Amino acid sequence: MQKQMIEVIKDKAIFLVLAVMIIFFSLVTKTFLTLDNLFNVARQVSMLGIASIGMIFVILLGGIDLSTGSIITFVNIVTAYMMVKMDISMWPAILLTLMMCILIGLFNGFAVATFNMPALIVTFATQTIFAGVAYMISGGMPISGLPEEFAVIGQGYVGVVPIPVLIMIVAFVLGGVILNKTYFGRYFYALGGNEEAAKLSGIRVKAIKMLVFALSGLFGGIAGIVMLSRTNSGQATAGRGYEFDVITAVVLGGVSLSGGSGRMLNVVAGVLILGVLSNGMVLMNVSSYAQMVIKGIILLLAVGFDCVQKKGIEK
Amino acid sequence: MASSVLELQHIKKSYPGVTALDDVSFDIAPGEIHALIGENGAGKSTLMKTCSGAVVPDSGKIVVDGEAFASMTPQLSIKKGISIIYQEFNLVGELSAAENIFLGRPIRKGVFINKEAMEEEARRVFQALNIDIRPETLVKDLTVGYQQMVEIAKAIQQNAKILIMDEPSAPLTGAEVESMFQVIRKLKEAGVAIVYISHRLNEIFELSDRITILRDGRYIKTVKTKDTNTDELVMYMVGRALTETYPPRSEVRTEEVVFEMQNVCGNGDKDLSFQIRKGEILGLGGLIGAGRTEAAEMIFGAAPVQTGKMFLKGKEIRPGSPREAIRLGIALVPEDRKRQGALLGIDVKSNINMAVYPSISKAFLINRKKEEQTAEKYKDELRIKTPSLLQQVKNLSGGNQQKVVLGKWLAANAELLIFDEPTRGIDVGAKYEIYVLMNELVRQGKTILLISSEMEELMGMSDRILVMAEGRITGELDREEFDQEVIMSYASKLV
Repeated sequence: MQKQMIEVIKDKAIFLVLAVMIIFFSLVTKTFLTLDNLFNVARQVSMLGIASIGMIFVILLGGIDLSTGSIITFVNIVTAYMMVKMDISMWPAILLTLMMCILIGLFNGFAVATFNMPALIVTFATQTIFAGVAYMISGGMPISGLPEEFAVIGQGYVGVVPIPVLIMIVAFVLGGVILNKTYFGRYFYALGGNEEAAKLSGIRVKAIKMLVFALSGLFGGIAGIVMLSRTNSGQATAGRGYEFDVITAVVLGGVSLSGGSGRMLNVVAGVLILGVLSNGMVLMNVSSYAQMVIKGIILLLAVGFDCVQKKGIEK
Repeated sequence: MASSVLELQHIKKSYPGVTALDDVSFDIAPGEIHALIGENGAGKSTLMKTCSGAVVPDSGKIVVDGEAFASMTPQLSIKKGISIIYQEFNLVGELSAAENIFLGRPIRKGVFINKEAMEEEARRVFQALNIDIRPETLVKDLTVGYQQMVEIAKAIQQNAKILIMDEPSAPLTGAEVESMFQVIRKLKEAGVAIVYISHRLNEIFELSDRITILRDGRYIKTVKTKDTNTDELVMYMVGRALTETYPPRSEVRTEEVVFEMQNVCGNGDKDLSFQIRKGEILGLGGLIGAGRTEAAEMIFGAAPVQTGKMFLKGKEIRPGSPREAIRLGIALVPEDRKRQGALLGIDVKSNINMAVYPSISKAFLINRKKEEQTAEKYKDELRIKTPSLLQQVKNLSGGNQQKVVLGKWLAANAELLIFDEPTRGIDVGAKYEIYVLMNELVRQGKTILLISSEMEELMGMSDRILVMAEGRITGELDREEFDQEVIMSYASKLV
């Protein structure tokens, strides 16, 4: 019984951390706890949240996807290029781009599943490749002059709620359904926990691996579209290093890097913690360099917590 | 008897869901060979791991040379002269025998290692033990028997006063076992205390001075070797006389052939031909490495068939993956439950449903009610002891984990069930339950292929036994012909 209590507390600790942070920033700054600012936080984390959903699946399987940042950059450049230079209208451009993102993800998954290559290296390679492709297409120059209706995605509102926040909520619900209501979710946990046993239970391991990387590509792509719409110009550096924020959020949300365990709702809290933290620090005039230091420390703490829980402390 | 060099007093250790050690005591004197026996999962290895610091006991005392400790650490254990040789050797293949002996604490000359000095010292130890190994030989070039000698030499070089050997003879050939015995006797003369863990009772009678029996994590008895005999030991180990270990069963097999192999080659096996009839338990006996698991893998689609044909209910099949085999109604309860069978980190409910999810889902969405019902049904039918269906399988006992695996296949409606060492690492009571379940299954018209290295299990459960050796079927016995010696002679290809 006591053990179960400890498990429950461990599971909910992340929400406590979030609450403590919100209380802290509400007390030390005057502007944090205003409706405007809270929506601001939500809008700031929307891309992080969307991209983290695909990453959850990948990490659940014991993999990692370092290509997310480059996929976001790639989406920025390619969608902008299609709309501005090729005169393709908004929706076809978005759909085409997202399909390309799925293909990139499928390629990652294919390489990992078929050739047993480490996900770290495969996605590091695709990260480099598509960062390069984005530079080649754009020549390093920003692409601006996007159609006006496109800006709605990142900048519009439904009532008082920013559209990116709505997209994030829908994405999280979708992710939660995949993870908890479809049998793919069960397969993800099974495979992440024990690939051999999963295979001998008749699960198509290769297909599932390709699926999670494809989902990671897709959600990364959606995050990229939102980012492009918010900044209103395609930048060849748009998503650089973004995967680290995403991984931090997911690990902070308690998804174990060794695979097999993690929950969607806790990752929502992980995402919000990062958002609240960076917003609060800005309000407190903490320099962006110091913010990097703090984010790095948080990643270390989150991974450390996971590993100590799994394997204990070496004496 | 001289006073003890090592004494374990009232050691307790439990893991979630299992009591691994329940108030176990043990002692050994210098120059004594003390055998530790018990069935798989009796707690032998766990007990010895408390001495090496690999396991921290919940309570109890470890007394080494009169000094009491609540728990050990690996460093402390080495310092106190305790050395364990595990079944898996701790050797680095790419390094020489001498370098392995000094692994982690090389003799140095300044910042450089002093190879000559290490080889010299290794040679001295080898000579003292009468072991014929050149110190500069790479360990990967040594046979398993010699690798073990390197382990022993390493322990002796570290001045081990207590040497714990966990199933040391398991990987060795007959001749290698004999030379290991000679080394062990030399150590005994030199006053080293030796804890000898083994399943092989004949070795224990040949070697040991005293025998301690554990069962289900409990201390049963310590006896002098010269005062006991095999029957008595077996009775202590299983807790009841052998004849009662297997549930009575009536023959339910029919004439209908469910599965057939015709001249199948592949996966290391050669020319396998046999039939299994509906309602039959066909035992597959033989030594480890005889090719039985390999045959199972081919039937289950986990390894390809090169030539020959397989038939299921008269139709030719050639499953290319476990998934296809499962669809055909074939199931495998694998040898290594924790690595291949149960999904330990996942709850009981998902485990049981794992092979049927697509069929209880619509548009990929799981029908929760069906999922729950299926799990509930097999939990009841197989009498799986779990506090809830949401319990992670790793928290269940070995026997219940195995039942969960079985539940998965029954849910998937398997007709032909391959059990590969189904009771390995399972305590006696749960074993009995698994046997009862197997009998029930054949009564319901299922068919079972039972692979087992436990001779008694094989003879107690099978309607018919095929014996394999070196990838071939070397003998076949009907129930009335079952005889341990005949099976052994087929298994070792003496006929």
